[in-house]
Amino acid sequence: MAWNVKPEELLQYDYKVPQKNWMDVPPEFKPGTWCYPAKPEILEYLNKATKGDFPHIREWVPTDVDWKLPEDWRERIKKGFRERLDKYRSFKVFMDVCVRCGACADKCHFYIGGGDPKNMPVLRAELLRSIYRGEFTLAGKILGRLAGARKLEEDVVKEWFLYFYQCTECRRCSLFCPYGIDTAEITMMARELLHLVGCNINWILEPASNSNRTGNHMGIQPHAYYGMMEFMCDDIEEITGVKVNCPVNEKGHEVLFITPSGDIFADPGTYTYMGYLMLFHEIGLDYTWSTYASEGGNFGLFTSDRMMKKLNAKMYAEAKRLGVKYIIGGECGHMWRVLNQYMDTMNGPADFLETPVSPITGTRFESAAGTSMIHITEFTSDLMKHGKLKLDPSRNDDKIVTFHDSCNPARAMGLLDEPRYVIQNVCNNFVEMPEDTIREKTFCCAGGSGLNTDEFMEMRMRGGIGRGNALRHVQQKNGVNTLATICAIDRATLPPLANYWAPGVEVYGVHELVANALVMTGEKPREVDLRQEPLPGME
Amino acid sequence: MNALYSLFAVFALVVIALVGAGAAGMEQLFGLYIPWLAIAVFLVGFVAKVIGWAKSPVPFRIPTTAGQMKSHDWIRHDKYDNPATAGQTFVRMALEVLLFRSLFRNLTAQRFGSAQDGVDVKIRYASAKWLWLFALIFHYSFLVVFIRHWRLFLDPVPSALLALEYADTFLQIGAPALYMSGAALALGVSLLLLRRFVVPQVRYISQPADYFPLFLILGVALSGILMRYWAKTDIMAVKEVTMALFSLNPAVHIEGIGVVFFVHVFLVSCLIAYLPFSKLMHMGGVFLSPTRNLPNDSRARYHRNPWNDPNVKAHSYAAYEDEFREKMIEAGLPVEKTLEEAAKTEAQ
Ligand code: SF4
Ligand code: SF4
Repeated sequence: MAWNVKPEELLQYDYKVPQKNWMDVPPEFKPGTWCYPAKPEILEYLNKATKGDFPHIREWVPTDVDWKLPEDWRERIKKGFRERLDKYRSFKVFMDVCVRCGACADKCHFYIGGGDPKNMPVLRAELLRSIYRGEFTLAGKILGRLAGARKLEEDVVKEWFLYFYQCTECRRCSLFCPYGIDTAEITMMARELLHLVGCNINWILEPASNSNRTGNHMGIQPHAYYGMMEFMCDDIEEITGVKVNCPVNEKGHEVLFITPSGDIFADPGTYTYMGYLMLFHEIGLDYTWSTYASEGGNFGLFTSDRMMKKLNAKMYAEAKRLGVKYIIGGECGHMWRVLNQYMDTMNGPADFLETPVSPITGTRFESAAGTSMIHITEFTSDLMKHGKLKLDPSRNDDKIVTFHDSCNPARAMGLLDEPRYVIQNVCNNFVEMPEDTIREKTFCCAGGSGLNTDEFMEMRMRGGIGRGNALRHVQQKNGVNTLATICAIDRATLPPLANYWAPGVEVYGVHELVANALVMTGEKPREVDLRQEPLPGME
Repeated sequence: MNALYSLFAVFALVVIALVGAGAAGMEQLFGLYIPWLAIAVFLVGFVAKVIGWAKSPVPFRIPTTAGQMKSHDWIRHDKYDNPATAGQTFVRMALEVLLFRSLFRNLTAQRFGSAQDGVDVKIRYASAKWLWLFALIFHYSFLVVFIRHWRLFLDPVPSALLALEYADTFLQIGAPALYMSGAALALGVSLLLLRRFVVPQVRYISQPADYFPLFLILGVALSGILMRYWAKTDIMAVKEVTMALFSLNPAVHIEGIGVVFFVHVFLVSCLIAYLPFSKLMHMGGVFLSPTRNLPNDSRARYHRNPWNDPNVKAHSYAAYEDEFREKMIEAGLPVEKTLEEAAKTEAQ
């Protein structure tokens, strides 16, 4: 059944706290607030591919009273907890030092839009911390609740499943915490613990399994992938009169380009994908795409460090096989968290690659000397700065554009001004949303970390209120009708969000805007944009 | 409820000191042995905790970036919110530890309008620096009070300390002159406590372990103030005790000091012994937080994960091609092995 709660109904919540101690409030599984469990056949495949990382496969639903946990579930969790404390200093320190000052409380979009106190990051973390105290500290064992400790019961596991799949690992809370306590990190640990007892969600594991097998999370096989690209090339030719090149799985090029597969599959991401094809063709980049590594995103990040490493390893493996010098990565949010903070450590050092150098401008990207992977907006902004692109921004004049910073490029990288520079070169009308909702303080699309599924729509719209309301603000004040993003998940999650909270605003990828403005050599007079809608003045 | 438990606990401690050092006359125990024990527990506990943290590695560089990264020369780099070097990270940490940079960012989310406004409801963010201010008052006054107490352990008293005292009594209120730091400490604690009582969300997340240290510190501050201004205590006698404390000399005979002194010392002893087992360890933890104390340079420099598992490997290209070879060839995609070659390898 489609979810159709109106904003007026959704807004019937407040920030009052219950009378009862939070430990006495049991988790409630209301429709729209949880995601479906992983399908057994998906788990079977993954468990085999990882040699046992996904045990205890069964059919179950969160609304069941009996979750059919394995008999030794307590021991599994305790052991897993201990192992992770020993593996991650972050986890250990974060379990110990929170002072419950509450600075993080109203920073979480799910709390702002729903009012459930367990969506305050501090309480989300306490769900785990209370068990840490009860199982691993002397005071907790002796004093129990007086020391903020509790026993590991089945309800705790249920609560974890509910609330750690109501966190998009966006790290907004971490920005405001005086000790940098990162709830995303805690959520990752909790999800790993849940895997140990067979509790996980399909919307993450099916894409992970697809990525492993077919190279992309949509499960598109190589011939179909190539077919879709050719189809796009035809569209481009129709619009511009230029037949762009479409190199796939070819050896001996300088650059490998990898971007999320969501953009080849669904609008409006496809237009961004076409934008890449046009840009690379126009500058004559010596490059190739790959079907084996056709996924920039990494659903392993939302699963476990092992899954993340396994999926990410394809990028270097493919770069090596094809013999490229470096990799350019497309517009994606969490992909860039993995590339910036994990890739080299997990699968490097990439000594078979070189420090990226733009073949067009000669710029050396020293900041990527290790991973040899640069962000497309780093690359494009450099082209623009050197005046290497012929641009006609008036083709985007029907748009009043604002920009949504995706969580991960903002708070796990700091890629803030590059996309803005690119947009401002191709659009004449650009405005910012209110400053407390952008850049490092940006709000999540509320569908990150693998939660962008339809059955989770209520929470997505609740969590979307931060971004949605800021968008509504500039829509009314400045007439904004275009929301630009650099993330493929955003291109899937923001259209319904905008439609809900700021109806009338359309979502665009930055390189779609670039391609609209890009004047290509030998192009015919352009009448329509990439969406085949008339350009301004051509209506 | 949680607050009451904690308040009672602190009262109980006061009573223990009153009875023990006052009525039962165990001055030696409360003046020397308990403080020694407390200091020992503190040192061992603190070191053990920090070693415990340090034993867990930092597998990944996960700084929370709070500004523009180092990029092209023509893009302004937010050096101290998104450091790229060790030096810049040091400044970031200094800002965090000394000025509470992250708390300074604090905002409060407010919702205006009713549910009926639908999409026109207004969510706004107001700067909320109260917590930052309270925390700053509290921590800095505590620091000054702490440093001031070194006059009791040092003979002669260094001139820097005398200067500090001079500055601290600058306002010259009352006689003996009021230490502003003492008053500020009591004020800071009270404000932090008040915040926990008044803000419903903060009350909801507060545990006994949050109230207890605040009451305890308040007790410490009040007993100290009481001693100085009302229950006038013989400072020379006190110094004899504290010097004995410091020189580990149990032979000193304690006599003629009011009981408030023992209450004060006992509460302080409890505080320092409790510290390593409590959230107060944030004073050590803040330095070890991987989201703050690392530069954002993992694309430039290799960072090793000591437990990186080499057995986790990608699903290989060979296996991928084996599965899709026919379709790839049909679509005109390049392959490593032709169908014949593949058939040959399989036959082998
Ligand atoms: S801001 Fe940090 S210390 Fe304060 S409650 Fe949140 S996690 Fe705890
Ligand atoms: S990481 Fe984001 S979603 Fe998760 S608790 Fe923090 S603010 Fe909320």
